[in-house]
Amino acid sequence: MTFVLSNPWLHGLVFGAVLVSVLMALVAFITWFERKLAGRIQSRLGPTMVGPFGLLQPIADAVKAMQKDFIVPKDADRFLFWLAPPLTIAFALATAAVIPFSKDVLAANLDVGVLYALAFSGLLAFPTWVAGWASNNKYALLGGMRMVAQGISYEIPMVMAALVPVTLAGTLSMQGIVEYQVASGWIIATPVGAAAGLLFLTTALAEGNRIPFDIPEAESELVAGPTTEYNAIGWSIFAASEYAHSVITAAIVSALFLGGWDGWWNLPPLLWMVAKTGFVFLIVTWVRWSLLRFRSDQLMALCWKYLVPGALLLVLIAGIQVSVRG
Amino acid sequence: MESPLTPYVPVAIVLFLAGAMAAAIPFIAGLLGPRSPSAVKSEIFEGGNPPIGSARQRFAVKFYVVALLFIVFDVEAVFLYPWAVNFQQLGWFGYATMAVFAATLVVALVYVWKKGALSWES
Repeated sequence: MTFVLSNPWLHGLVFGAVLVSVLMALVAFITWFERKLAGRIQSRLGPTMVGPFGLLQPIADAVKAMQKDFIVPKDADRFLFWLAPPLTIAFALATAAVIPFSKDVLAANLDVGVLYALAFSGLLAFPTWVAGWASNNKYALLGGMRMVAQGISYEIPMVMAALVPVTLAGTLSMQGIVEYQVASGWIIATPVGAAAGLLFLTTALAEGNRIPFDIPEAESELVAGPTTEYNAIGWSIFAASEYAHSVITAAIVSALFLGGWDGWWNLPPLLWMVAKTGFVFLIVTWVRWSLLRFRSDQLMALCWKYLVPGALLLVLIAGIQVSVRG
Repeated sequence: MESPLTPYVPVAIVLFLAGAMAAAIPFIAGLLGPRSPSAVKSEIFEGGNPPIGSARQRFAVKFYVVALLFIVFDVEAVFLYPWAVNFQQLGWFGYATMAVFAATLVVALVYVWKKGALSWES
């Protein structure tokens, strides 16, 4: 075991393979979970027919999607049209490389872990735009443009909100931030940390194109936004990467603000991390099935007029807190 | 002797595995799925009517304004990061310097706000 951990190639191969396969399996399970929860919220049952409690529904869906004819629309940019879905899922999975799931379970302990995670989750806007452009469809292109505008706008308060744990812990390493929280209390326990956590979660919803920020997809005006022309496996990959992105964002929120794998009662740290991630994902899902969609102008105003100045203020307050503490 | 790039080896492997996974899914689906294109099937969806003109037309300038603003503020955020990491060594002098920097950007934000660049519908 120590041999595997000390050799970077073996370490990357073992943890990378586990990470990618577990995440893909988790995404399948999560679609089931979300549909069940959505069913409960809307007084329905959700999937019940395939397997016990409908648990095999995601597998049935995947098999079905794989057997469909993947239609490339007329005059579309064929190469980019094919490229966009794999890019989204690759970026979503790559984000997870720096998330610490316990003291040892971590694919890569980078000095710049926070920056890496934010960079990759921010990249997700661009394959969506590629999809919109390649489709040669007006709805798709408009949706893609909105995605980029929203993605890059919310990137700024998101990056600044993540600065609060970085300032408090004095490190950019995700593992370092969790270790700081083990030593001196969770970041959400401080007022500035709680505010930053809430702000980060809000911007993460916008980055992940989730309700109430799913303006690029806006079914009522844009059909399905960038994915209008996608069917079969292409559409499924987009859906899967949205879930993967959501659950990875939930893990990042847990690591940065909720103490990561820190917990009580001598339970395994991995269990704590999974429980916290699940909790944050539950909030995200609950929000999705409870709230309505914003308008484009409200979205932009919220970001630039409230979240950007607010996040900057939080960083300065966190600075004062660290200075006073000495 | 450990190279400073050693921690990035696992990252590269994860990137490779993620890319391989991403490439494998459409590849397998391409093998499993039927392929029978037709003119009607590949028609672009535009509310059920035949599409009018190309989709790739001139676009509203407001999106470009957002892109410009993004560059300014994202560079600011990037500058804040090294400060945040080294903050405990820099002390109050570092804090004051960063406060001045942030204040400059707040002035810039107020300026674009008053210019109307932040109001989407105009």
